[in-house]
Amino acid sequence: MRTYIIKRVLALIPTLIFATLIVFFLIRMIPGHVIDLMLSQQDISADKVTRQKIEHELGLDAPVHIQYLRWVSGVVLRGDLGRSLWRQTEVWKDIKTRIPVTAELALMSLMISLLVAIPVGVYAAVRQDTMLDYIGRTVSILGIAVPYFWLGTLVMIYPALWWGWSPSVELIPFRENPLGNIKMFLVPAVILGLFMSAVTMRMTRAMMLEVLRHDYIRTAWAKGAPEKIVIIRHALKNALIPVVTLVGIQVPTLVGGTIVIEQIFSLPGIGLLMYDAVLQRDYSVISGLMLFIGLIVLLINLLVDLSYGWIDPKVRYK
Amino acid sequence: MARNTFSMDSQPSLNKKMGAVVKFLDRLFREKPLGAVGAVIFLIMLLTGFFANFLAPYGYNEINPLEMLKAPSAQFWLGTDALGRDVLSRIIYGARISMIVGFSATTMSILISVLIGITTGFFGGKYDLIMQRLVDSWMIFPGLVVLIVAISITGPGLWNIVFILGLTYGIAGSRIIRGATLSTKEEIYVHASNAIGASSFRQLFRHILPNIMAPVIILFTTRLAAVILAEATMSFLGLGVPPPTPTWGGMLNEARGYMLQVPLLSIWPGVALTLAIYGINVFGDALRDLLDPRLRGGLSSYSDSIAKST
Repeated sequence: MRTYIIKRVLALIPTLIFATLIVFFLIRMIPGHVIDLMLSQQDISADKVTRQKIEHELGLDAPVHIQYLRWVSGVVLRGDLGRSLWRQTEVWKDIKTRIPVTAELALMSLMISLLVAIPVGVYAAVRQDTMLDYIGRTVSILGIAVPYFWLGTLVMIYPALWWGWSPSVELIPFRENPLGNIKMFLVPAVILGLFMSAVTMRMTRAMMLEVLRHDYIRTAWAKGAPEKIVIIRHALKNALIPVVTLVGIQVPTLVGGTIVIEQIFSLPGIGLLMYDAVLQRDYSVISGLMLFIGLIVLLINLLVDLSYGWIDPKVRYK
Repeated sequence: MARNTFSMDSQPSLNKKMGAVVKFLDRLFREKPLGAVGAVIFLIMLLTGFFANFLAPYGYNEINPLEMLKAPSAQFWLGTDALGRDVLSRIIYGARISMIVGFSATTMSILISVLIGITTGFFGGKYDLIMQRLVDSWMIFPGLVVLIVAISITGPGLWNIVFILGLTYGIAGSRIIRGATLSTKEEIYVHASNAIGASSFRQLFRHILPNIMAPVIILFTTRLAAVILAEATMSFLGLGVPPPTPTWGGMLNEARGYMLQVPLLSIWPGVALTLAIYGINVFGDALRDLLDPRLRGGLSSYSDSIAKST
């Protein structure tokens, strides 16, 4: 197990190197252009001095490979993701203060999606072709088809019209008012969670259907095990492995979703930071955030990979 | 005659191809009624987009200052927006934009996926190793993050969106094509063509590519829905196709400004979008069941036959 973890972590290094290259070249693809865009964005007259100053601040006056090495070594050695071009704040500090909001939203969405998807998926498979199976499947297809940003907008409109209820605009800190905080995150998390649950539910159902045809399930039935034990202990445990993989695959979707949801509900998380940075063309924030998000996705996928050994006794790492 | 029997590239005649299409449609309607519904929705959307200028009662940017934010009426079936533009006409033209973005970006993404997928799968080695690490690295960035960052660089615009969507989805999809290529290249007919000295190019494009068309077509439909949704998401965020071009996502975004006065404004584009995604997804699912050889006969027909035999 330990050697597997070490090998797996070492295998991340080339991915990480390429990732930094992608971020670097995506952002710096058109350096001269970037400054023009920034200047036009902020209505600053583009005289020679400001231009050179910005160029120097961005380190754009050095050759490309030096720029890259400077940036990467800053990130690796000092954890320095750069400074915001407009606010002059450290990007890492901006991210750090916003992690709790996005983490709470993402975790709650993930939990809701699993709490909906797995029971419904299992039930739909066990009672295949019954009314409930059809309802579950229809809802899950709709969950994929109904855009979550549309659902988010509707939630902002109709409850306000009908009951005068609208989501809180100001962030309620968990420490001051735990219940209010959870209430606040519940609606956005349900919307994002339902969107993600659709795919998970389909996968759970398909996997359960496959597993339920296996011989060991017939054996379990034959020896007189109660349905609960057969379904949960024998079938579900084996059906869940691809579902765990799917959850890993969904992490980027989840992160992308938080950008939209945070924008709709004005939650001051990492997604909103990204959105604002994109609107302001704050390229040092964008590159820092992109790298950070990539790292998080990479780490979660690593954890998902390692969790197989724990979920599935068939997997033995050598 | 003998030559024909041994030729490995004999193409099915046009008649045969047409026959296959008819047979496919027949199976679609009989075995997958829901998929047929999806196909019909998809077709309606295609035609709406194509004939938008004949179907729309008004121009998509015809501003009527006297008719701002009107409720649905006989004159404006779905009402008017903040500039007094007919919502129905904008929805109809929106179908055209979704179709243009959807088809061009999906086509581009499939071309990229196929190009990366079949070459990495076929040649393997160091080229494959490096490309796979690159694809890995590309895929740790959420699609939406890459999309909005790229748009902030290129600036919004119809063809910028198409290009970025095509590139992003193309790289991600290459995995699926690579997988299909890996299994196809071990088929005896590919080894045979290799043994008689066919060039790599010939093996790739005459023998492997035609045999991975099923996953390519399936990828196309799933990508089409995803691309249309992604464009709508970006237009909703104000980072997509810029106004006054009517896009469903953009209309939803504009409607947010008047959501409490005219809540209906945020209904119509959402309904159009949902229907379109639903139709394409359901059709794509049916297509996958019918085209994927491993599922040929389908799970449902398999279980039916079991049910009948017992």
